[in-house]
Amino acid sequence: MKYTSQMVAKPYFIAAIGLFVAQILFGVIMGMQYVVGDFLFPEIPFNVARMVHTNLLIVWLLFGFMGAAYYMVPDEAEAELHSPLLAKVMFWIFLAAGAVTILGYLLVPYATLAEITMNDLLPTMGREFLEQPTIIKIGIVVVALAFLYNIGMTILKGRKTVINLVLLIGLVGLAVFFLFAFYNPDNIVLDKMFWWFVVHLWVEGVWELILGSLLAYVLIKTTGVDREVIEKWLYVIIAMALITGLIGTGHHFFWIGTPGYWQWWGSIFSAMEPIPFFMMTIFAFNMVNKRRRQHPNKAAVLWALGCSVMAFLGAGVWGFLHTLSFVNYYTHGSQITAAHGHMAFYGAYVMIVLAIISYAMPMLNGRKVANSMSSQVVEMWSFWLMTISMVFITLFLTAAGIVQVYLQRMSDDPLPFMVVQDKIEMFYWMREGAGLVFLIGLILYVISFFVGRDQPEAQLPK
Amino acid sequence: MKMNKLTKVIKYPPGDLAIWIFIMAELLVFGLFFATYAVTRIDNIELFEQYQQTLDTTAALWNTLALISSSYFVIRSVLAVNANQQPQAYRFMLLAMLAGLVFVVIKTNEFAVHMDHGITLSTNTFYMFYLSLAFFHYLHVILGMIVLLVLARNLKRGQYTVTDSSGLESGASYWHMVDLVWLILFPLVYVM
Repeated sequence: MKYTSQMVAKPYFIAAIGLFVAQILFGVIMGMQYVVGDFLFPEIPFNVARMVHTNLLIVWLLFGFMGAAYYMVPDEAEAELHSPLLAKVMFWIFLAAGAVTILGYLLVPYATLAEITMNDLLPTMGREFLEQPTIIKIGIVVVALAFLYNIGMTILKGRKTVINLVLLIGLVGLAVFFLFAFYNPDNIVLDKMFWWFVVHLWVEGVWELILGSLLAYVLIKTTGVDREVIEKWLYVIIAMALITGLIGTGHHFFWIGTPGYWQWWGSIFSAMEPIPFFMMTIFAFNMVNKRRRQHPNKAAVLWALGCSVMAFLGAGVWGFLHTLSFVNYYTHGSQITAAHGHMAFYGAYVMIVLAIISYAMPMLNGRKVANSMSSQVVEMWSFWLMTISMVFITLFLTAAGIVQVYLQRMSDDPLPFMVVQDKIEMFYWMREGAGLVFLIGLILYVISFFVGRDQPEAQLPK
Repeated sequence: MKMNKLTKVIKYPPGDLAIWIFIMAELLVFGLFFATYAVTRIDNIELFEQYQQTLDTTAALWNTLALISSSYFVIRSVLAVNANQQPQAYRFMLLAMLAGLVFVVIKTNEFAVHMDHGITLSTNTFYMFYLSLAFFHYLHVILGMIVLLVLARNLKRGQYTVTDSSGLESGASYWHMVDLVWLILFPLVYVM
């Protein structure tokens, strides 16, 4: 590690992993509630568990992105971070805000939370994924601004690389699109439309820039391939991601009351969204095949490659499955959507954060480049357990979704929602089983940080 | 045998491989749009034929000539660099931009006329396709013009040489793609 200020990334990564564990615990609880409806009721009702599960995901990924930026930006800019102190202060503010929010969800009824936090003054609560109290949303904006200032100043004073600039554009976009969380028009069509400006334009727009940039960084570091080559790929990938992703937002506008042409625009452009993900897969494997050196951190390379494949499958293929308007007419909001959501988030964003943590953590812990072999072996086991169980979660939910769509929406004699839910119970049980395996994989992942700490670093075979 | 330093190594495809991946992806998007158009037209043949009559074929023909000329000038510019005649290459690039500008002016006027008539994406399925395709292509022309502008600036600075013209060829390839898409769009939407 060349710059001491990169160390501020460490608490961000630790917090990210901690919140990840909490997210999965709530996922497993909710998976159980799908089949045993009153499990942990009234302490943790399903709607609260769902809110905590999805909010924790977003928060820990943001912690991961910030940690990644604090680690990567000084290294790329060849300059110390503008203000490590600011980064540390913001870490505690963000963590406290996150903890207060989650406790608020769990301890008081949502309506009471809205009252306590004076939502009336500027109503922003109540929309899926954007449930945070207004005051917390303002806090998020403050943290984001301080973070962007810190990162931006570092980039300004140092070397300007394409990777850093793409990351910065992605992060600025992330902050700008979050502002739509404060816009809450009375017209419900506009309300839904602008809600997607946050939700879609994050994950299918600017977050892809962050993903591309982090992936490129890990690949440069672990393969030694020329920066020029990697940057060229990055340009093409992000151009494609933006062309398809921005207008591709239209696939959310099919049934919310927007004009009919969105069915065409949304279908055609979002059908192309797998392309940048496919390019990313080709890119990652190509770079690793062309590598000019072996890197002793095999786990990090595994995460990077896995990320490119799973992102293509989860975001690309599973997204395409139900993106055309005439298909979506039947599948909208079914378990097919849940299947896509799980694998896309895991493949694209969870895995890229874990890849960068895997690459950076050994150095943050005082190693030269990599963890001991025994630690890496445990980590790679966790990779396979989590990844394979996520594949199964996705397959079970897809099967559940197909049956659901047929019984509830397509058959000659459509059945009511809850009757269908009973009929697909078996798939939910299997999903819960796969979810438990995922949790075991995650526990192994945490354990990997404590294994073989006193052993020497992994070496390349002579 | 002594190699001439100015010998041009012909490689295929010209330009950078990355631009070709990008071009392929762009063609895929347009291709999908064209295919959807064609399939939808089969189901609404009368509607499409009726409203196709309202389009300004003469303007579109001029635009076709403008883009073909522009592509020709771009080729001449690349050839001039290969012949080590940078000033001439720069002049051809300016001509290419001028022809591109003609396209933009004519097309903007067409859009303005449609707007005056109150035509929008929601008017009917034909106009939805026509306006989407034409406007999406129009944006590509503008992007292509920016590319040509950068190429012209680099040519003026003498950045491209016989042995190093990959950037020029990449930009030229992109511009040909924009031209090619119009050559499909014109007969498909205006004439057939």
